[in-house]
Amino acid sequence: MLTERVTKLINGMLAGQKNSLAQLISLAENDSPDLPEIIKMLHPHRGKAYCVGITGPPGGGKSTLIDRLTATIRSKGWSVGIIAVDPSSPISGGAVLGDRIRMNQHYLDEDVFIRSMATRGSHGGLSKAVASTVKLLDASGKDIIIVETVGVGQTELSIKQMADTLVLVLVPGYGDALQVMKAGSIEVADIIVVNKADYQGAERLVNELRATLTPNRRGHEQSIITTQAINGIGIGELYQALDQRRKKR
Amino acid sequence: MRHKKIRVLIAKPGLDGHDRGAKVVAQGLRDAGMEIIYVGLRLTPEQIAEAAIQEDVDVVGIDCLSGAHMALFPKTVSLIREKGGENILVVGGGTIPKKDIPKLREAGIAQIFGPGTPIEEIVKFIETTLGKRGNDNQD
Amino acid sequence: MKNAKEISERKKAFRTTVDGTVVNRVYVPANLEGFKEEDIGLPGEYPFTRHIMPTGYRGRLWTMRQYAGFGTVEETNERYKYLHQQGQTGFSVAFHLPTQEGYDSDHPLATGEVGKCGVAIDSLQDMEQLWAGIPLAEVSTSMTINATAPIILAMYIAAAEKQGADKGNLSGTVQNDILKEYIARNTYIFGPTASMRLVTDTCSYCAQNMPRWNSISISGYHMREAGATAAQEAGFTIANGIAYVQAMIDKGMEVDAFAPRFSFFFAAYTNLLEEVAKFRALRRMWAKIMKGRFGAQNPRSMTLRYHAQTDGFTLTEQQPLNNTVRVTLQALAAVLGSCQSLHTCSFDEALALPSEPAVQIALRTQQIIAHESGVADTVDPLGGSYYIEWLTNQIENEAMRYINEIDKMGGILRAIEAGYIQKQIANSAYHYQRAVDSGEQVVVGVNKFATEDEPEPETLEIDTEIEKKQIERLKKLKQKRDNQKVNEVLSRVRDVVRSDQNIIPVLIEAVKVYATIGEISDALRDVFGEYREPSLL
Repeated sequence: MLTERVTKLINGMLAGQKNSLAQLISLAENDSPDLPEIIKMLHPHRGKAYCVGITGPPGGGKSTLIDRLTATIRSKGWSVGIIAVDPSSPISGGAVLGDRIRMNQHYLDEDVFIRSMATRGSHGGLSKAVASTVKLLDASGKDIIIVETVGVGQTELSIKQMADTLVLVLVPGYGDALQVMKAGSIEVADIIVVNKADYQGAERLVNELRATLTPNRRGHEQSIITTQAINGIGIGELYQALDQRRKKR
Repeated sequence: MRHKKIRVLIAKPGLDGHDRGAKVVAQGLRDAGMEIIYVGLRLTPEQIAEAAIQEDVDVVGIDCLSGAHMALFPKTVSLIREKGGENILVVGGGTIPKKDIPKLREAGIAQIFGPGTPIEEIVKFIETTLGKRGNDNQD
Repeated sequence: MKNAKEISERKKAFRTTVDGTVVNRVYVPANLEGFKEEDIGLPGEYPFTRHIMPTGYRGRLWTMRQYAGFGTVEETNERYKYLHQQGQTGFSVAFHLPTQEGYDSDHPLATGEVGKCGVAIDSLQDMEQLWAGIPLAEVSTSMTINATAPIILAMYIAAAEKQGADKGNLSGTVQNDILKEYIARNTYIFGPTASMRLVTDTCSYCAQNMPRWNSISISGYHMREAGATAAQEAGFTIANGIAYVQAMIDKGMEVDAFAPRFSFFFAAYTNLLEEVAKFRALRRMWAKIMKGRFGAQNPRSMTLRYHAQTDGFTLTEQQPLNNTVRVTLQALAAVLGSCQSLHTCSFDEALALPSEPAVQIALRTQQIIAHESGVADTVDPLGGSYYIEWLTNQIENEAMRYINEIDKMGGILRAIEAGYIQKQIANSAYHYQRAVDSGEQVVVGVNKFATEDEPEPETLEIDTEIEKKQIERLKKLKQKRDNQKVNEVLSRVRDVVRSDQNIIPVLIEAVKVYATIGEISDALRDVFGEYREPSLL
């Protein structure tokens, strides 16, 4: 049985109240015992959203890319939910979550909901919290849900499971990116974005990626897209690629 | 199993660019085990309030050194309350003349931490105030 | 008698400041091993370690330039007119934040900020009023303006021309140092690449049309305020300088055609000897870089001329009168470091805008150093001290390490975009605060020798009516000007921004038809977009 408070939150969320949605996400984040029941109750309201995972090494400009991509998605009339995950400090257990800083143009948009989340140590716990949050955002009526994570191998695989499309964001100039990347990360990605394409070494990175890629298990080709998120370049192409995959779903 | 953490939104309302204090406090609270949503510079009270609601934070810390605090701090608190953040603890920092502090308190800023405040004092204030309130917000 | 090594000392390690250089018990000639006599040289000679002029302060004292500006243009104009009648010919203008960040006074983000940190300038009308009764051809004006520097410079030129002055005779400085805004001060509008275009347009326009104008003041001050160590301040500022020089060369200019008009701006901290060494190291580094890296021939391209300001961050709210002593030490550091001009802070600045008596003591501090202390009677009086020379070398080496690191990253723009420099400074600031909290770093009156509650001194308060008045004034202006002309010129501004023409001439046209700072900035935003800080903690 759900408490009166939780029932109120669910009704509030379904009526479009953002503070209710936010508090339900906190229940998911903190692994509340009510969570399975909540998710079950929301089942009839889910199933519409398209979920995009965006991952990659730190410093790749993922937040800026998401900011610009969100603007494009909004211009097509879709609503957006964003979950931005950053690592917790292994020493203190605290975290500074700074991804939102790049997305301030969307703060007052009624149809954009942004939530920052810390990894809080356990990998399984994070995956569960993110998966539940995706379901909550879906039930709240968001059309497109973006999950941003720092690529650390394991995370990509679990994001892959909940996302309809997985985007890997790489940048040139951070040593030999490909050798550093775990081969698995590249294999699981549906779309590989080479951001900061105006940096030296971008062309080489793209060529190396082309040589590495093979058709993946779903049978369609992985795409490579070059972007300069900070200058808004390549965002339209990324949107197109996502949209094509969405239509094929 | 994931445990509840104290979540704190740190923001700089207005046009003031001096973010040394905000960044130092963010790092200090992180090292005290809290989760900081750092939203940075040049935000309106509306933007800060909206972010606080979506992030469902326990605490909002706002900081201003330009002298615009009387216009920005009370407005931020009232918008947070309006949007349904009744329980969010709001604290402030920056160059705030002592005579303004009672007015800010009245407007709902629970505490002002001036220059030179040890981080430990801020940590203690947050922990004690949230602790005293009990577990009504314990998710 | 005990062996000297066994005598215990007060601390485990002595440092210039937290994260700063480790200081030995005593310095001896051996500490200067490998040191070259010509690295010290003589005042006025390469590498200018001691002073840029052969006579030091024996020829002319430094300029005592106090930064001011508050409230409405009328109030500030009254103040300037008074100072001008008293014989002051150098003015320093502080602009309120909306002007600095390209918003008109009626923009929602300007709420509460109008007239607060400086004077409110929305249009040429305000600029004309600011200088009413002061002949701009006869004074020198330093303006703390960066992201909107080209627009403010255009207004200044237009106001001067309306007075009948020739822009070629104008003398002064625009700060125009956008790179340090991304690193510390944060009044940027556009992204770094777009901003560099505006900076170099301004510099080349000045080089060609305004021979007496300092087109940029490359600033370390704000990085120090944000928490940088002395060596970080030196290294990152010189790295910015390198980027500006390179950008001008890439624009097709000869290094000696513009570099003599480059000037610098640094902080003076309380650690007296480290600061003196920092200033000496900075002059030497710049001379070597301009000659070696950029092949400058004109000695004026190699001399690092700088304005110093005592550091606002070191001022404490507690026991505020102690700040007069801190400011004295800091001012002394700037003078012993051979500065060209100096601003001394007022003791009550940690509380609010400075009051009149506090401003006066600040100026008197400089006058006492100049006329009573005797330190200005000989050039670089500390030169040749084992410690000072060792420390000068030390700071130069450490700063050069930062510069090499930035070069390896592909230059300062990449380092800023990656958040590398911001992170270094945020770390230093955090370590400092930790050290203060733990008592390792003593701040007198704060974490040691503190007293119980003390009365707060009187401070200056800005009337909140100013905001209403300024918005009213702006509204009237928009009614009476020719709005069709404004729109035409603004659309031309967009065209010029998209082309590779210099932007200053069209900005002068725009301000002359009374387009506002917000409207012109918006035209630039349309083309350049806006910048958001990287997330980096």
